[in-house]
Amino acid sequence: MKIKISIPTERIHNPIISESIIETGILLNIMVANIDSTYGELIADVKDSRFDKIKNALESRGAIVAILDRPIHRDEEECVECGACISVCPMNVYAFDETWSLCVDEKKCIQCGMCIKMCPHGALKLGE
Amino acid sequence: MVKKSVHEINKKIEDGSVSVVTAEEMVGIVESLGVEGAAREVDVVTTGTFGAMCSSGLMLNLGHSEPPIKIQKVWFNNVEAYSGLAAVDAYLGAAQISDTRGIQYGGAHVIEDLLRGKEINVHATSYGTDCYPRKVLDTTITLDDLNEAALLNPRNAYQKYAAATNSSKRILNTYMGELLPNFGNVTYSGAGVLSPLSNDPTYETIGTGTRIFIGGAQGYVIGNGTQHSPSSGFGTLMLKGNLKEMNPDYLRAASFTGYGTTLYMGIGIPIPILNEKIAASTAVRDEDITTSVLDYAVGSKDKPVVRQVNYAELRSGSVQIEGKDVLTSSLSSFKNARKIANELKEWVKHGKFFISAPVERLCCEGSAKSMKQTQAVPLVKDVMSDFIVTIKKNQTVQDAAKKIWENSFNHLAVISDTGELVGILTAWDISKAVAENIFDSVESVMTKKVLTCAPNEPVDLAARRLDRYGVSAMPVIDAQKRVLGIITSDNISKLLARRY
Repeated sequence: MKIKISIPTERIHNPIISESIIETGILLNIMVANIDSTYGELIADVKDSRFDKIKNALESRGAIVAILDRPIHRDEEECVECGACISVCPMNVYAFDETWSLCVDEKKCIQCGMCIKMCPHGALKLGE
Repeated sequence: MVKKSVHEINKKIEDGSVSVVTAEEMVGIVESLGVEGAAREVDVVTTGTFGAMCSSGLMLNLGHSEPPIKIQKVWFNNVEAYSGLAAVDAYLGAAQISDTRGIQYGGAHVIEDLLRGKEINVHATSYGTDCYPRKVLDTTITLDDLNEAALLNPRNAYQKYAAATNSSKRILNTYMGELLPNFGNVTYSGAGVLSPLSNDPTYETIGTGTRIFIGGAQGYVIGNGTQHSPSSGFGTLMLKGNLKEMNPDYLRAASFTGYGTTLYMGIGIPIPILNEKIAASTAVRDEDITTSVLDYAVGSKDKPVVRQVNYAELRSGSVQIEGKDVLTSSLSSFKNARKIANELKEWVKHGKFFISAPVERLCCEGSAKSMKQTQAVPLVKDVMSDFIVTIKKNQTVQDAAKKIWENSFNHLAVISDTGELVGILTAWDISKAVAENIFDSVESVMTKKVLTCAPNEPVDLAARRLDRYGVSAMPVIDAQKRVLGIITSDNISKLLARRY
C-alpha cells in the first residue's frame, strides 16, 4: 500500500526513517521525498501486512503516517480525454489505449495533485 | 486525370452513392490505390479537430426591454461582454474572466451554460436617452430567450501549433498547460492527420463560405482567421455557427491554471476530392506535419526553438530533448477529433450535409506581423547602475567587509580570476559569517546561486524575477558572464517615478 509520512519541523533533524527501518527491518520503497529545513513529506510503498509495525515505529519518533486511500477520481462527463494529465503525473497513472481513450490506473496514484491543476476541464478530484 | 465538381458530388450525396472517408482512412486508401485511384474512388474526405480555441465568442441579441435600454455595459453571470453596438446586441468573448470568480469561470463557461439550458443572470447599465430612458437592468435569460446566439470565432482551427516545453527551474503555468521544470514535459495542440487545414494546405476547397461542422451544428467559414500566417504553415479560420443548434459534446468551457478561460471547440470540415492534387493533400500523415518545440522559460514573444518535431513523435507519448525521453501531453482531444470526422462522414453519407465551394479563396501567402510599438520598452541596460564593486573569490571576508564599508554598497559581485561572475556577497552574508566565526575566503560564504539578467532584457521581465524570488538586486552580465552592472529594486522604482 502507499503511505504518506509527514515529518514535523521539530523532528526534521532526527534520522527518523533510517531508525524505523533498522528497528523493524521493514523495507520502505520511497517514491517521492520532499524534505527541507522546515518540513518533510515522503510517499512510500510498504507491504500491507507490515504497515502497522512501521507505522508504530515512525509515529513513536514523532512522524505522522497516513494511508493514501483516496486516489484520483475522474469525472467522465467533464473529461474530454485530451490527455493533458499524462505528462505531469509522476507515477504514470494516465495513458491512452489504442482508441485514444484515457485510461486511469488509480492504484498507482500518490495523491500529489499535479494533474488536478493541469486539467483544463476541472475533471479531476481526489476521491472521497 | 480526375475532374469532379462540387455539384456532381452533391448529386451523389443526394442519391446516396457518395463515397466518403475520414482523413485518417484516406492515408491508407492513397497508399493502396495511388493518388489517381483514390481521387476516382473517394468523393469527400472529412477532417476534425477538438481543442482550446481562445479566440471564440458569442454574438447575441437580448431583445428590447420595457422601458427600453441602450446597453452601455453588460455582464452575464458577472462576466463582462462588449456592448458598444446597437442597443441590445453584445459580444461575449470566451477568454473574458468573471469579475467575482476570476479565472475559474469566464465567457466560455457562460456560453456552455447557455447551451446546456441553464439560466444566466444579466446585469446592464446605461446613461439613458430620450429614446432609451432606462439606466439599469437586471434579468435572467436562457438560450431560448435570445433572438440570435451566433458563435463568431475570429481565430479557430489552427493548421498546426507549436509545442511547448520549459528549460527553467520552476513550474510554468501557461495556456499550454503546466510546464514542468528542466524540460520535464512537452505539451502540444492540434489533431495532426485529422487537422482540417493540414489536409488542404493550399486552401483549394476551404475558403470563405465553406460549410462546416461547428460545435455539432452546421456553420460556415467566414474568412481567414486573425493572425493567419499561411507562409509558415500556420493558417487559421474565422468561423460562424448557430449556438442554438449546437451540442455540448462539441463545445466545452475550460480554465488553464494561472492563465485563464478558453473554449474547446469541435470543428469538422469536409474536403471534396475534385482532382488528384486534393486527393494527395488529404493523404497527409502525422509524420508529414512538422512544428517547433518552443521554450516557454523565455518570457518574450520570440521563444527559442528547442527542436523541430512532427505530430507522429508528439503523439507517440514522448519526444527526445537533450538525449532524454520527455513525456508529451496533448491539450486537444484526438478521440473527439476522430468522433467529429466520423460524425461528419455519417452526415454526408446520409444526405444530411451538402458540401459547398468557397465563394472566395483564402490568402495563401503572408504572415502575421508583430505589434507596432511607438513607446520604447525600457531595457535593463537603460536603468541599471553601471557602478558595481567586485571582489575576487579568494579574497578574505575582511577584505569584503572593508569594500562594503568603503563604498557603502550592499552587494559585492564575486568574480573568478578570469573575471566571470561566480557569486554574490551581501552585508547580510558577512554578518552571518561573523556570527558563525567563519573567516575563510569569500568563496566559502558567498551565495553561489545568483539570479542574473542580461543588458537587453526588458525591465518588466527583470522586475518580475526580482519579485518572484524576493531579492532586491541582480547583477547584469554579458554572454561571457562578465559583470556589466547591477539592477536593484531602487532602479526600477526610479523608472516608475519618472513615468508618472
